Amino acid sequence: MARMSYAQALNEAHRIAMHDDPRVFVLGEDIGVYGGIYRVTKGLQAEFGEQRVLDTPISEIAITGAAVGAALVGSRPILEIGFVDFVGTCWDQVFNQAAKFSYMTDGRASVPLVIRMACGAGLGYGVHHSQSLEAWFTHVPGLKVVMPATPADAKGLLLAAIDDPNPVIFLEHKFLYEVKDEVPDGRYTVPLGKAWMAREGADVTIVSWSGAVPWALKAAEQAAAEGIECEVLDLRSLVPLDEDAIVASVEKTGRLIVCHEACTTGGFGAEVIARVVTRAFDFLDAEPLRVAAPDIPVPNSLPLEAVYLGTRERLLEAVRGIVS
Amino acid sequence: MPARKRTSLALSSEQLLQLYEDMSMLRAFDEKVSERCIRGEIPGLIHLGVGEEAVAVGVNAALQPQDKMVSTHRAHSHFLARGADPKAFMAELYGKATGCCGGKAGSMHLADLDIGFLAANGVVGGGLPLAVGAALGLRILNDDGVTLCFFGDGANNNGAFHESLNLAAVLELPVVFLCENNGYGISQSIHKQQRVANVADRAPGYGIPAEIIDGNDVLEVYETVRRAVDKARAGGGPTLIEAKTYRTIGHYVGDSENYRSAEEVAEWQAKDPIVRFEQVMRRKKLLNKALKEEIAARIAVLVEEATDFALHSPFPDPASALSHVYAEGVA
Repeated sequence: MARMSYAQALNEAHRIAMHDDPRVFVLGEDIGVYGGIYRVTKGLQAEFGEQRVLDTPISEIAITGAAVGAALVGSRPILEIGFVDFVGTCWDQVFNQAAKFSYMTDGRASVPLVIRMACGAGLGYGVHHSQSLEAWFTHVPGLKVVMPATPADAKGLLLAAIDDPNPVIFLEHKFLYEVKDEVPDGRYTVPLGKAWMAREGADVTIVSWSGAVPWALKAAEQAAAEGIECEVLDLRSLVPLDEDAIVASVEKTGRLIVCHEACTTGGFGAEVIARVVTRAFDFLDAEPLRVAAPDIPVPNSLPLEAVYLGTRERLLEAVRGIVS
Repeated sequence: MPARKRTSLALSSEQLLQLYEDMSMLRAFDEKVSERCIRGEIPGLIHLGVGEEAVAVGVNAALQPQDKMVSTHRAHSHFLARGADPKAFMAELYGKATGCCGGKAGSMHLADLDIGFLAANGVVGGGLPLAVGAALGLRILNDDGVTLCFFGDGANNNGAFHESLNLAAVLELPVVFLCENNGYGISQSIHKQQRVANVADRAPGYGIPAEIIDGNDVLEVYETVRRAVDKARAGGGPTLIEAKTYRTIGHYVGDSENYRSAEEVAEWQAKDPIVRFEQVMRRKKLLNKALKEEIAARIAVLVEEATDFALHSPFPDPASALSHVYAEGVA
């Protein structure tokens, strides 16, 4: 065990994967000497060389498609796109190309690719650098969607994503990069599709992921002081989805709140609630709630951004409300 | 343009005959596809390569087995030239279980990694970045394969084209960009879509050498591509080749073709690549009437067998629609 940040844990996962498998390489903008915007690839170019830690032009279409093509011929690319907001520029290569190969060849080809992108608000970056777009990816069959919330998971999930034979969208919350925690040494994987019980409780299930997990834990702590015991489930990956873990928790508590940073309409919270209502309707003691951002772009000014991020404060109110 | 080293690229009599037979096979196959499409046996959007066979065959003759090919929505000729099994290919077009992709790909999304055919594409320009990536991946794997990237004139005003050329140039990747310029993006003449006369005129802006060739001359295609492929394999980076050609059929089976004149089509039919090569072969005394008929008969059997196989194969089990969304196992 070593205490390290989420960014350092991701860095270590890269180093282990590249050391173990010469097919693994990294490409992206400013990832070499610069070490990536969030320093996730810091030092990798010095260790593995310019071919395997490849600085590219600002050409998201070409570099995303190049990562797909490189995966098709048997290498193992990890692509860094600095902000998930930029995926619009290369969306065709993600949802029409990467996502379709296994299916359209009836299993004869695969695209073992990881696309790492930073998501999330809270730093005053404004409309083009702050969004949480995970729901877009979950709507594309063929993509896996992973969103770690802790340093240990960041490392273990990234190593699992690199091992996976499919295109994996790996979304890192930029507010978490500097969060430090204990991280196991050496190679280990955290399986995709296995939720983490971040806190046990008998009264309310809070389902969350990525940057919303710390909010849920904080709300759970505050609620506990008021005598309400919340169970906090960190999904870790949205695709594959650990539906069984969600249903099991709701069967225990009878109350469900889904808390995510992304805006409400069409958010993944709707999917979680739909699944629970379908499978565990009779166990519900109250109507399930979504606690998520208002349907607005992410504004720049911090007091305005706080409105977008008001989910944090509204979560505790929602917990109080659902048990009353 | 540098002097042609014809001697080092010279093809044997057998190889020349093979080019003729391959082009004839592509033509016969696509004419059969057209017939069965009109009959209602083959569903979907079908883009034929009739008139452009010299490009596909000349290109493939310049490639080695380890080389990769990336194609477009008009992929039939490329796929067959690269060595696709006609039966499995025809069955794929019919949407049958015996198709090379189990019926999930159809005409526009073909792939067969075993023959190095990575992808056709339903999206104009979609294949160019994939080809750059294939070249990059092969370099990571220390494989000396070269990637041949087909694209149409319609793709050269698409952002994917520009980004891909630049990236391939910057990384000095072993890619040969091969533009089949047939003059039209569906109904729009190339001259209505851009202010430079040639697709090749784009290349200097990316520091990539380019050549313009007669795409209806199979030997010119072969020799030009061979030089570019050899150069790429030796570490000389990418080349853009613009092959001027023409589809003498519509954009797809069922096209009204109201955007071009019968005279224009007739003008290009007179430059038919197979007829032209037949004349070359006759002058070289490598082809005569009897041999031509023998080849035609052989091809007719192959195409008929492929069609019968496809027609009489079962449709896929509907349950298979739910399979292979994700690959299994460890990468």
